[in-house]
Amino acid sequence: MKSQAFACAALLLAAACGEKQEAAAPGDASYQETLMTQLLDAKPGDVIDIPEGRFAFDRSLSLTVDGVTIKGAGMDKTVLSFAGQVAGAEGLLVTASDFTIEDLAIEDTKGDALKISEGENIIIRRVRTEWTGKPKTENGAYGIYPVQVKNLLMEDSVAIGASDAGLYIGQSQNVVIRNNRAEYNVAGIEIENTFDADVYGNVAVNNTGGILVFNMPNLKQPGARTRVFKNEVYENNTKNFGLEGTPVASVPAGSGVVINSNDEVEIFDNDIRDNKTANVIVSSFYSSGFSEDGMQGDFDPYPQGIYVYGNRFEGGGDNPDGLELQALKIAVAGPLGRIPDVLWDGYVDPALTGASDVLCVQNGEAKVLNVDGPNDNKNPKVAEDGVHDCAFEKLPAITLTGPLADL
Amino acid sequence: MRLGYDGHVEISHPHDLIVGTNFLTGRHGQAVASRPWEPTMKAENSKWRQTRRNASNHAGENWRKRKENTAKALLGAAALFLSACSQQHEAAPTYHADENPEHLSDWGMIAAKDGALRLSNGVTPYDLATPLFSDYALKLRTVWTPDGKPAVYNATEAFDFPVGTVITKTFYYPTPANEWPRENWNGDVQQGLERGVHDNAMALDHLRLIETRVLVRRAAGWDALPYVWNEDQTDAVLKRTGAVLPLTLIRDDGEMQPFSYLVPNANQCAGCHATNATTKAIKPIGPKARHLNKPSSFAEGFNQLDHWLAKGLLTGEIEQPAPRNADWRDENEPLADRARAYLDANCSHCHNPNGPADTSGLNLEPDAHGPALGNCKTPVAAGRGTGGRPYDIVPGRPELSITLFRMETTDPGAMMPELGRAVTHEEGVELVSEWIAAMEGGCG
Repeated sequence: MKSQAFACAALLLAAACGEKQEAAAPGDASYQETLMTQLLDAKPGDVIDIPEGRFAFDRSLSLTVDGVTIKGAGMDKTVLSFAGQVAGAEGLLVTASDFTIEDLAIEDTKGDALKISEGENIIIRRVRTEWTGKPKTENGAYGIYPVQVKNLLMEDSVAIGASDAGLYIGQSQNVVIRNNRAEYNVAGIEIENTFDADVYGNVAVNNTGGILVFNMPNLKQPGARTRVFKNEVYENNTKNFGLEGTPVASVPAGSGVVINSNDEVEIFDNDIRDNKTANVIVSSFYSSGFSEDGMQGDFDPYPQGIYVYGNRFEGGGDNPDGLELQALKIAVAGPLGRIPDVLWDGYVDPALTGASDVLCVQNGEAKVLNVDGPNDNKNPKVAEDGVHDCAFEKLPAITLTGPLADL
Repeated sequence: MRLGYDGHVEISHPHDLIVGTNFLTGRHGQAVASRPWEPTMKAENSKWRQTRRNASNHAGENWRKRKENTAKALLGAAALFLSACSQQHEAAPTYHADENPEHLSDWGMIAAKDGALRLSNGVTPYDLATPLFSDYALKLRTVWTPDGKPAVYNATEAFDFPVGTVITKTFYYPTPANEWPRENWNGDVQQGLERGVHDNAMALDHLRLIETRVLVRRAAGWDALPYVWNEDQTDAVLKRTGAVLPLTLIRDDGEMQPFSYLVPNANQCAGCHATNATTKAIKPIGPKARHLNKPSSFAEGFNQLDHWLAKGLLTGEIEQPAPRNADWRDENEPLADRARAYLDANCSHCHNPNGPADTSGLNLEPDAHGPALGNCKTPVAAGRGTGGRPYDIVPGRPELSITLFRMETTDPGAMMPELGRAVTHEEGVELVSEWIAAMEGGCG
């Protein structure tokens, strides 16, 4: 028994002894000390080059020095595998500013793959985070997870298999998320409690929900002003494999773009199709199933200023997730019909005058289904023409600043 | 005065009141002189101890009087120490302003010698009312300041220590075997209680030293350095990249539990000790008023804060009453106080309004309440760390509270704290569980 325990640790085995691995093999374990030492000794301006190869780690890496670049040989060539991780909640945790990471992959971490907390001027480029088994609840929560950062560029990256969000941007400011790919996550791309984000050119496919823009209570800042445009958001129909309690666990499978409690969100020029619950969902905190007892007093649970226009919708809404939504579909569209492209829970902040303060839709034939949440869904109906035919002032494009100004 | 069976000193005479509630600070006046599980308290009667006992009998007088007595006592202790050690190599505490020495012994704070871990002259051991749980490792904490300069008191934050201060924390375990030295240790460790320090030494029989973490206050701020004890237990060696040690915990009921003991790397030290995620400055966590405000385990008859004042380790205005955390094990304390002290010591270095876990909106400092404390609070980025439970705390329902799941699980991707725990702290779980179970209400 004892010798077995030692053997496990010595070999940096992928998991507990005797457990069958379905994930990718870990790789070379001797590199761990080298990279850890480089991260500890890093000075501002350093570039840490990680060569091509598969490297195995049994505990988290962390960087606390500003101004460092970590660079691999490509997201399919330089792979940091944490399949044998025994300690630490992340693969790589960065608590530093002026940080760039590019051209590498982080696989099979026990918790989040890449977390960047409280930094400014962050560039994440051509990074892949992946759980190499099937999408499952045991996978780590977040793929690429910048939180409380300012001035962020995330581009050409890939996130696969996260049991929460593949690309998650939380409590941040001035953010550009472009040309990434998120698949087989519970949430493909999630923007939460963040001010001023441009999310464009991304592909979100085969997630439970494609692109989410959320506000959660009890945090230092709410969020507002996100533009979601020129993305492809399709076939996000993977069964929700998030654990109950986590906010995304309440997202129905088949959700394209979901706005929850957030303000001033523009959704335009996207290709959104074949998301079986609805292509766009706009909801308040009250529809999320969370306790109102757990909401601090100054939290605004209502979305407002949501503007949907000029998207290309196709299919979707034909097989919503769960009995209630199925019943709803049948009630409003019949057995062969589909939920309209935009589903709205119908909550309006009492301080506002009405539906046109919450949601404007100028998107050709696209209809809005008001599910009448405030009255326990007693009278769900497709909004009559004109109710949401309004416009909000368009948001300006995000301008990255400082060292990111010309990117 | 006599020792109660539970270790509390029963007061039979007013003079036995060791720390009166109005003594200087109005700090908690528990008449507990020392750790009850240390048989040496009554067994030993060294000259030093006798001197200190005399000092404690003057407890009703003002603290200056007491300080004089203490000074005398300490002088006596120093003399005793010097005479006892006159034939030994004398390690001198040394502040290294720039270099990170390769060996722990280069700091001159503590040294393993002749079957004991010896504290150098001027190095003060201390402990906390409720400490951080670290896989049942026991801990010996020491502090040393250069030229006897004091730290400046702060009611809520870690004290402000002078440049040159060196704090050590040595992690050790009881072991079934007692060969000394022990090159062929098999990794078996046991649960147990901290061992006392007597005449500046902690006996090492039936113990295994694992690592010593050094916090040094340099001109630019604190640095954290992990040292791992060598195979033959003669010294500890700097290991900036940390280590994973395969150990087996033999629980009190005999169950064998293999686990991966984590020695943090220097950055991971900051993961806990950078208690403000914005400044990212490393700070000590233990030496705060509320953790130290307890009967001293090392200077009989003293409240530990008073002991620090008396020794000149501490200066500044102390409000009355000074903040105080409960001893999480003391069943005479209110349940909520014990649970909150436990959560404070184990969680609030990250879960405070400016800490690394402020991203979660959960605050486990002593003054937090409502959703911020977790009551009916939806998690933000817990991922599968929720364990499938809806809220951090569901009053009355520990089995539905995420907090408990996070404490119970040993999955690195879901457990709390994120670092430094690989086995479940059964007794801690039980405490927090009882506390939540006793809450009224629920989540609407």
